[in-house]
Amino acid sequence: MMTTTTAFTPIASLAGGALIGLAAVMLMAFTGRIAGVSGIAVRLFPPYADSEFAGRLAFVGGLIAAPIVVLVATGRPPTQTIQAGTAMLVVAGFLVGFGSVWGNGCTSGHGVCGLSRLSVRSLVATMTFMAAGAATVFVARHLG
Amino acid sequence: MAIVFQFAIGLNFGLGLLLSGMSDPAKVLNFLDLAAIGSGNWDPSLGLVMAGAVAVTFAGFEFVLRQPRPLFGEKFHLPGKQELDLRIISGPIIFGVGWGLAGFCPGPALTALGFGSSAAFIFVAAMMAGMLLARWLANRPSLSRIATSVDQFET
Repeated sequence: MMTTTTAFTPIASLAGGALIGLAAVMLMAFTGRIAGVSGIAVRLFPPYADSEFAGRLAFVGGLIAAPIVVLVATGRPPTQTIQAGTAMLVVAGFLVGFGSVWGNGCTSGHGVCGLSRLSVRSLVATMTFMAAGAATVFVARHLG
Repeated sequence: MAIVFQFAIGLNFGLGLLLSGMSDPAKVLNFLDLAAIGSGNWDPSLGLVMAGAVAVTFAGFEFVLRQPRPLFGEKFHLPGKQELDLRIISGPIIFGVGWGLAGFCPGPALTALGFGSSAAFIFVAAMMAGMLLARWLANRPSLSRIATSVDQFET
């Protein structure tokens, strides 16, 4: 597999992580909800268990608007290198969607919010998807 | 009113993903590539993304959850489930494999739609299909012994 090397960005990554945390705190303070993107995304589709569809759609709209805001503010789009081909994107997307809902959370719900709440379930989930992700990259890059 | 804040919070979340590098699949895959530690090509950045996010969230939740209620809601919706079951292992294994294949998890994938690339649309369409299938399976009565209903999501 072709790999693109990326530079270690400690300051930007720490600051960006802090912004993600700030968003999670604000969502809890304003709406009382965990900022878990997989849960927010799947609840955009019926059947609806509550009446917070519009708020969830607004949150996802904000996520999608972010690269556009960066483009307008800086004049160039943020860096993004997608190496996977179409078939791989379909398989990977399906697994990510299925697994995150089946496991009740993804990187944000378990990894950020769950760990911050000292949830044992989220710790188990986070260690498991980190290990599975690392094992997958190992197989794809070093055994393929 | 709340909806304006929710858009702003989503935007703030997305800008965090972009600034941190979490939105770049190449960076995610280079973090997960632990075998690259020896060759010097390992990118530990995402460890700092997690550290920064958890530090702020931990401190912020300490304060927020002491309040009587959220600003625009009646109560805080916190997951109460504590026991470990099959789904808390099998779900993350399936999710992790997909994450390692393309370098996208749900947040960065949705943010990637704003780049306008066809790759992001293909990934998100497949992701939504997987999500809806998992929810449908989890809500089947025959699986009620091993599955919790959708309303008990942690996320």
